[in-house]
Amino acid sequence: MDMTPLVDLGFLLVTFFMLTATARPDEPVTVDMPSSVSEIKMPETDIMLITVSKDGKVYFNLDGKYTRQELLRTMGERYGISFSDQEVARFAVMSTFGLPIGNLKDYINMGPEERKNVNQPGIPVDSANNQLKDWIVFSRMANQKVRIAIKGDSDSSYPVVEKVVNTLIDNKVNRFNLITNMEMNKKPS
Amino acid sequence: MAEIQQGGGGGKKGGKVRAKKMSTKIDMTPMVDLAFLLLTFFMLTTTFSKPQTMEITMPEKIKDEDKPPEVNEKKVVTLILGANDKIYWYHGITDPKVEVTDFSANGIRKVLLKQNAEIPGMILLIKPGDDSRYKNMVDILDEMNITNMQRYALVKITDTDKELVKESNL
Repeated sequence: MDMTPLVDLGFLLVTFFMLTATARPDEPVTVDMPSSVSEIKMPETDIMLITVSKDGKVYFNLDGKYTRQELLRTMGERYGISFSDQEVARFAVMSTFGLPIGNLKDYINMGPEERKNVNQPGIPVDSANNQLKDWIVFSRMANQKVRIAIKGDSDSSYPVVEKVVNTLIDNKVNRFNLITNMEMNKKPS
Repeated sequence: MAEIQQGGGGGKKGGKVRAKKMSTKIDMTPMVDLAFLLLTFFMLTTTFSKPQTMEITMPEKIKDEDKPPEVNEKKVVTLILGANDKIYWYHGITDPKVEVTDFSANGIRKVLLKQNAEIPGMILLIKPGDDSRYKNMVDILDEMNITNMQRYALVKITDTDKELVKESNL
């Protein structure tokens, strides 16, 4: 039997999936997002992602290698912690984290497997010690085009989200995105 | 210059040792196996659905010297998001009659459409309570989009509102 067409198609599909696949960055928490009818697609670059988990912890992520390098340096200056060039380079390729700045240095120096086992306490957002505010301010200084997205878990309690939103408003960020899943057929006929 | 020298150096005929003619067909089964393995892997790991976003714009923070804008209380409808996915709502501010509804299509959506038809220039105040979930906030904002409400604001819940919810016993 001539299998050539089948194999041709197989390879075509392999090529297609290989090129479209994007490695999903590993995240410290799984977030079950609420759904909405909104049809705006999430932009792919210049995103600052604030994740709110089910248990009310706040995580932070920013894309862009060079922005991250600059962000860590300015944050280090602000809090009087000096990060070595190697640490800055390692931070640049990390993904979402949820730690107070004091614990960040140890976390950066861990291996990828060790990092997964760390119980991250979340970024402090209390009014007495609002480190999220500084992350936001310095991220916006490092990259002026950054867009802010909030990814919240359906079951996270509103007061935590409110704290995050108020932090944004206090820093004159009045426009931001809420990331949701798609929901179909909800429009009234 | 760019020719390929063929036939070797000597011009001898006949005495050439020919390589045994091999079959041009090779067994492609392992390659195809691998290809399909990869195909299955990439098909299962690819996530096509890019997440959607909902853009919201919050009003600027009111400075201390500014007075908050005043509105006619007859136009105001307050929605309080409570625990267990309940919505408490009332019309007006003085002596309000609190009613309760939910997030289903027959719940809040009907209320919104009915009130919108009755009250010209309706202003909605959304007050998520301390025991409401993030999902409630997203759902109510989504509902605003679906019913095409023009004027709504996300406001902090006040103690009076908490009292009203408690008194209503719904």
